[in-house]
Formats: sequence, structure tokens, C-alpha cells
Amino acid sequence: MTIEISRGITEATRNEMRELAARYPNPRSALLPMLHVVQSAQDEVTTEGIAACAEILEITQAEVTAVATFYTMYKFSPVGKHHIGVCINTMCGLLGGDAVYEKVAERLGATHNGPSADGNFWLERIECQAACTHAPVMTVDWEFMDDVTPESAVGVIDALAAGEEVWSTRGPKIRDFQATEHTLGMASDELATEGNSVDAKMLAGLMVAKGSNNS
Amino acid sequence: MKLTPVITEFWDDPSLYTLDGYRSHGGYQALAKALKDTPDNIIATVKDSGLRGRGGAGFPTGLKWSFVPQNDGKPHYLVVNADESEPGACKDIPIMMANPHALVEGVIITSFAIRANHAFIYIRGEVPEAIRKVAYAVKQAREAGLIGTNILGSGFDLEVTVHAGAGAYICGEETALLDSLEGYRGQPRLKPPFPAVAGLYASPTVINNVETIANIPYIVDRGVDWFRQFGTEKSPGFKVFAVSGHVKRPGIYEAPLGITMRELLDYAGGMRDGSEVKFWIPGGSSVPMLTPEHLDLPLTYEAMAEAGTMLGTGTPMVFDQTVSVVKAVTRWLEFYKHESCGKCTPCREGTYWITGVLEKFEHGHGTETEMDTLTTLCGQIAGRSFCALGDAAATPYPGAMKYFSDEFKAATHTSADEQFDPVKSYVFSGARV
Repeated sequence: MTIEISRGITEATRNEMRELAARYPNPRSALLPMLHVVQSAQDEVTTEGIAACAEILEITQAEVTAVATFYTMYKFSPVGKHHIGVCINTMCGLLGGDAVYEKVAERLGATHNGPSADGNFWLERIECQAACTHAPVMTVDWEFMDDVTPESAVGVIDALAAGEEVWSTRGPKIRDFQATEHTLGMASDELATEGNSVDAKMLAGLMVAKGSNNS
Repeated sequence: MKLTPVITEFWDDPSLYTLDGYRSHGGYQALAKALKDTPDNIIATVKDSGLRGRGGAGFPTGLKWSFVPQNDGKPHYLVVNADESEPGACKDIPIMMANPHALVEGVIITSFAIRANHAFIYIRGEVPEAIRKVAYAVKQAREAGLIGTNILGSGFDLEVTVHAGAGAYICGEETALLDSLEGYRGQPRLKPPFPAVAGLYASPTVINNVETIANIPYIVDRGVDWFRQFGTEKSPGFKVFAVSGHVKRPGIYEAPLGITMRELLDYAGGMRDGSEVKFWIPGGSSVPMLTPEHLDLPLTYEAMAEAGTMLGTGTPMVFDQTVSVVKAVTRWLEFYKHESCGKCTPCREGTYWITGVLEKFEHGHGTETEMDTLTTLCGQIAGRSFCALGDAAATPYPGAMKYFSDEFKAATHTSADEQFDPVKSYVFSGARV
């Protein structure tokens, strides 16, 4: 299945970037969010996007590029519809994330930090996602997919590829990579009330305390 | 010692992340109280409470605030370090997702105390769910007049900006975070000047961890004596511990500082069946590992230091006998190599070389001479790098050698995976302990 991806920096995108620049005492502070907005519009950081940042912030394109290439979340070729991260740091990797990564890579026909064979997905071995209690952890468009197994992870990919509805285990319904990048750039969206971000593991201590807390 | 849910007390209320939900449990009472007081009194209260920074270093929070020069005519800033990325650390993200208003209320009170009119919450970019929950809390607080101009009629004005990072562990280092927040590559700055004097936009800036700030409303509302009834003289208060690894019930356990790892393990249901503790790390990969003999030590800043490690982020990782120490350490070094910002030579080159040598051991090709080489390399980074990332990278290997040198010796002829079948460490079915 081919997935259409929009690629333009429109006037609406530029307006969002200007709005970000106005949020800070010094407009340059908006550069990281603006680059997220570029990715939300273009599915990657393009020279056109870099030029737009440079123009709005009145800095050089080289200065923007220097920043963009420092941060791993910015990509310089199209990510596709979904970004898939598998945590391979010590806790997740050793508790099974290594096996998850292997299966997911095989399913996608992708290697680390690269596109799937069909170009619809991007695979990345990610570093600690701050969810070690939920190891092994996968992310889809940076939304949490906690406590995965090789089978459940491939199941998520299959469902996404078939266009089925997939929910984050602690968060909203999965949209796509560009939508998440828009959330990050603008630092908000309308989804805060949608997903439940508290699960049993986050309540583990509270439940013990409410029960027999007498040691 | 009993668990003491404070920050986590109402996490089972699904409406807690909303303003109404938070208020129904007494939320924003502390703010009203604080705004009727003076900034100096708030700083004194936090100083007296003895609260220490929950981001890892444990620096006294009130003291940090008091370093901000007053009446200097410059704008002051509060920056919340919500860049939680340390391997093992997973307590700030849950706090932001479950109880974002505790952070927001803490931000408003802290800003009032340090006389800042603009606060920034720098959240790592990889966690959109934390960003949207905090942004929603800020939006609701603004609509209720708790952020903006003349808050609750006090004459105090505050703007709060939520800001997403873009994938760089180094931005958890406070001066690198400032550079990143100013729109540059996240590389650490030379200190002094310290941020309290010249931080964001060269103005006086306080940078505090999420959990630190989330403590503030409770301290202001309930008082110093209440806070100090928990913990020890040098480590007062409670801590949001996140227990991960081969335990039956990994998760969040809030308890007084001074609880032992054995008690936390017990609350977490003990080790998984057929499993025992091999090594554990009290607070993130940047602090040295401990063994079962340390399970009865109190989890305090001072007791952990005495044992040759640090409380760090207070997020214990527990590994059982199936895990190869060589493999665990190699993986951590691969992380530090990946995350080194490249600014200083000891860290940039050192993490590269340590990782390369460790990978030889992981594959069973290390030599005894190279065990010394690694010790030398770590010694040449520790204390010689520009920031603490280099020191952290020089920590896992010497820490592991203290207790598990035999495993490195064995790795001169047998790979980590041959010594320890990796499948046995998996936590899903199909794993065989």
C-alpha cells in the first residue's frame, strides 16, 4: 500500500514557525521546535526547511544546519508514514529488546536509522526512553508501546501497515510521524484528554500502600 | 519502612491530570499560600526543608535558589530540566504524565520565589505524551488565571513555555540544556559563571529537575516539619523510586529516603521466580553498581556515597544471575559514546576507545592487558572531561571490576553470550530462567 505524504513548506507552516519565534525572549530559542515543524510539514529536514528557519530567525543556513545535524530526532531523508523505535539500551535490550529489534528489522526489511523496504516505515535502535519499568519498550511515532515481545511488536507493525487503528499503551491513538512532529514543534495538541497515560506499573507502589502497607 | 505516596498519592484518579481533578485533592492551595507570603520566606522554607535536587546530584534546592542575585535589575528565569534520558531513570516522565499540575504549581511557586517572570519546561522530544499532558496543564492553569498577569491578585506575573528537545542526552546537563534552549547545539558551558548568575540569555537562572519542583507545592502546603518527618537529617523527604529489571512488579514506588533496596524489592514482589539479585544500580547507569551485600543499606545520598556509589536519580535497576556484566557495561558505554557531544577530547575520544575495547570483551576477544588499558582509559577521562557525561562514562567499568573482574577475565576467551545465554534474561514467555 502506498501512503501519500505531504512535502511542502506552506505559508501556514511559516506562520507556525513565526508564532514559535514569538514565544521566546530571543527568537532563536525557537529553532528546535521550528525544525520539528519542518519535519511535520516535510517528513524530513530539507534544505527548503532549513532555509525557512534561517530566513525567519535571520541567521545563516549553515547555523541552522549545524544545529539540525546535532540532534538525532531530525532526519535528512524521508521517514515515511511511521517512525519505529526499539530501545536497545541495557535494561530494555537485555530484557528482550534485542530480540524485538531483530524481528522488527526483519519484518520491515530495514536497518538501524533507515527506511523500510517499502519506504513506509523508519527503523531506529533508540537509547533509553525513560520507561525502564516497562521494558522492553518500543515506540511508534514516539508514542509508548510498553512491554512488547517480538510477536506483539511485529503485530503492531502489521496492524499499522494494514491501516488498522493502533493505540499507544500510555497515550493516544497512533497518528503518523508528521503528526507527532507537529505536536513536538508546537508543544501541544488536542489529544491530552484522549489517551490514558497511567497504567498498573505506575500505580504499583500506590496499590501496595493502599493495601497491606505494614512492613 | 512504609511506602509514602505523596506526589503519587492520587495517581489512581483518572482525572488527576486535569485542573479540576488536581484541585479536588487540594491542588493549588500551596500557590495561594505562597503568593500571600514573601519570596524570601519561600526560599527560606525550602532551605529549611533540606530538599535536595532529585535529578541526580542531590544539591540542596533552597541553597541553589539563594544563589540568584536579587534586585539586580536583570530578568530571572526558571528552567525545568525534564530531559530525563539517563539509562534506568524513569520517574520524571511518569510524574509529568500522571500529575502534571504538581509540576506546574511547583513552577509557579518557584518562579515567584526566585523572582522569575518567565519559566521554561524543557522536555525531551521523544515523549510526546509527557509534553501534551504538561502543555494541557499549563493551558488549563493559564485559563484559570494561575499563569499570566497578576496571578490570584498578587501582582505577580508569569509566562510558562513548554519546549520540546530533539534527542540528545547531553541536554540533561544543565548548561548544555541552556545552549539547546537558546537554539544551539547542546554542548556544555564552562563554569563559572554558574547559571544562577549567568544562565539563560546570560541572566540569573535556576535549573531544577521535574521531581524537585513537584516536591515544592507539598513542602509549602504542609510545612518543613511534615517534610522532615520523612528521610534522614542529610536526606530529608520522600522519593519517587522507579524499580526496573528482573523483579515481579517493576514500577513506581514512592517511599521515604532511607528505605532499603531489600524493602523496595519486597514491595515489588521480589525477584521473578527462580531468580536472585546479581547486581543493582541505585540511580542510573552513571553511578557504580552494587551487589546483594548492599541490599540493606538505606537509600540515602550519604549511605550510597559511603558505599562508593550515588543515589543518583533514585531509580534502581535490578539484574538477576542471567545477565552478563560485561554485556551490560558494554551497552552502557555504547550509549555514552553515542551521546558524547564531541566538545572535549577526553570524552569524545575516550568513550570511543573504551567502547571499542569493551566490545572485544563482549565477543570473547579481550586480553588481560586490555583490562588494565580500560582502567587507564577510565582514569584518564574521570575528572578530565568538560562535564559530568565523561565522568559518567568512566564509571561503569571500574564499578563492575570491583565485584565482577572474573567475568572480564572469562571474556578473554569466552563471549558474553556464551557465558550467559541472552534468552534467559528475557522477560517475556519463551524465556527460560
